[in-house]
Amino acid sequence: MSGYWTGILTILSINIIMAYAVFLPVATGQLNLGGAGFQALGAYTAAFLSAAFGLNAWVTIPAAMAVGGLVSMAIAFPLLRTKGVYLVLATFALAEVIAGVILNTDALGGAMGLSVPDFLDYHVPLIAAVLVTLFVFYLMATRFGLTMRAAHDDDVVTDLLGVSVRGVRVAAFSLGGALAGLAGALYAHTFSFVDIQSFNASLSIYVLLYVLLGGTQTAFGPLFGAAFFTLLPEGLRVVMPELKTFIAAAFHQSGPLSPPDESWRFVILGVLTVLMMAFRPEGLITRSLIERLKPGRRTKRLDVAQEVSA
Amino acid sequence: MLLEVRGLDVRYGRTHAVKSIDLDLAEGEIVTVLGANGAGKTSLLRALQGAIKSGSGSVRFAGEVLTHASPAERVRRGMMLVPEGRQIFVSMTVEENLLMGAYLRRGADWHQDLSQIYDRFPNLAERRHMKASILSGGEQQMLAIGRALVSRPRLIMLDEPSLGLSPLFVNNLFELIKELNRSGISILLVEQNTAMALDVAERGYVLELGRVVLSDRADALSRDPALAEAYLGGHASSQHPIDQIA
Repeated sequence: MSGYWTGILTILSINIIMAYAVFLPVATGQLNLGGAGFQALGAYTAAFLSAAFGLNAWVTIPAAMAVGGLVSMAIAFPLLRTKGVYLVLATFALAEVIAGVILNTDALGGAMGLSVPDFLDYHVPLIAAVLVTLFVFYLMATRFGLTMRAAHDDDVVTDLLGVSVRGVRVAAFSLGGALAGLAGALYAHTFSFVDIQSFNASLSIYVLLYVLLGGTQTAFGPLFGAAFFTLLPEGLRVVMPELKTFIAAAFHQSGPLSPPDESWRFVILGVLTVLMMAFRPEGLITRSLIERLKPGRRTKRLDVAQEVSA
Repeated sequence: MLLEVRGLDVRYGRTHAVKSIDLDLAEGEIVTVLGANGAGKTSLLRALQGAIKSGSGSVRFAGEVLTHASPAERVRRGMMLVPEGRQIFVSMTVEENLLMGAYLRRGADWHQDLSQIYDRFPNLAERRHMKASILSGGEQQMLAIGRALVSRPRLIMLDEPSLGLSPLFVNNLFELIKELNRSGISILLVEQNTAMALDVAERGYVLELGRVVLSDRADALSRDPALAEAYLGGHASSQHPIDQIA
């Protein structure tokens, strides 16, 4: 495989893991706009342990997950007291604080970044992404997954039924932190270099977009969202010159054309994002869509729906 | 006494929702709590389930002091609140909703309980794998009660269960309440439908602005002109069921 494709595959795998890291708290009704901060924690933990102590990736990756998970757990208690837009702001601010601390810590390379000695190729993130995907699908099918969805639907009633909504939310948030730590460590070891610019606010926003636009109701959503938004810009890179030739031909122009401006890719991406929000506000992959795709269910569902409305 | 409440106080910020309430409920009894909107009925039930902290006073259930217990602790001892407005989990299927009621019963025989609930509510059995949001209002109320039953409660607290239901369903609902009571479950019933509530209950309490202003046997209350005054607060309409009794 060419370097281009292995690069894409690596980014795709890391993005899928990040999407699940943000999906877990979102599935309990907590928006997390600080994904990049937790990924930075994992990336710098792995990079530092590898650079300063020469530790193997098989040690630094679990360490990065532990740091991501424990830091999220420690801050989850005060953080999850806030709700709605305040939680979004709090997680966003937290990511900025983490970035600020790293930027001002000389041992972590400050603005210069850190080189990571132990190199891993794209197989590792790919396998990790598959395992994380299977894990989240399994998790959502367990009792715990059920309570996560209950906390999302109605936290007051969930509490009344004797489930500690707070405990569920802290657990989901911490598990998400551990997954973000994993994504960060994989990033550090596959790209062999970390600098804090790579973990900026737009990464947090993109990861949250993967989840919200892919769909928050099932574990299919983040997988689809991450794949779609990672591959779309690359697809557009191929399609754009063709598109320009096509449009030019439609206006009876031919001959050599200058390559299209790269920034148009982001315009198209933006338009698609707005359209998805307008037409699929609950995300592309919803529970009812999956129900509909299952064979044999559809007619029965419709019958009952008519009966009920009658 | 199964439930003994003494001097219970509930405040939300500056609002003093429940003021020093005493309430008793014997094992196997149906007791109703009546009162106008804002009288503190819902606050009382939520405090009894531990969802909101009570300021002072004590709650004893089956001989144990549960004043400061968590909702989980109270569910485990056998208290279960069916909240107002049929709050079911709309993104879940009917069966998943019922499973949430069994949450604290790890490893218990809740499979058997589920089939009992499906026997009792055949509509739910038919729709067990469908999203709960497509159920009708009455079916959602059955689901909320079914979800409570899976926890095997000794006491069910129902908050305005007949709210927004068609008259036919209201009759079914009160039949169900009597049936549950016959099967040994004690019931604390908060209702707007005073006539029907007093009809099924043995005793009743009337709340006004967070205080108990009247408490008596249900049949005595339904004949009490003071109840009409306290509860209806001068807004009596001729259609109200209380008029048919008085």
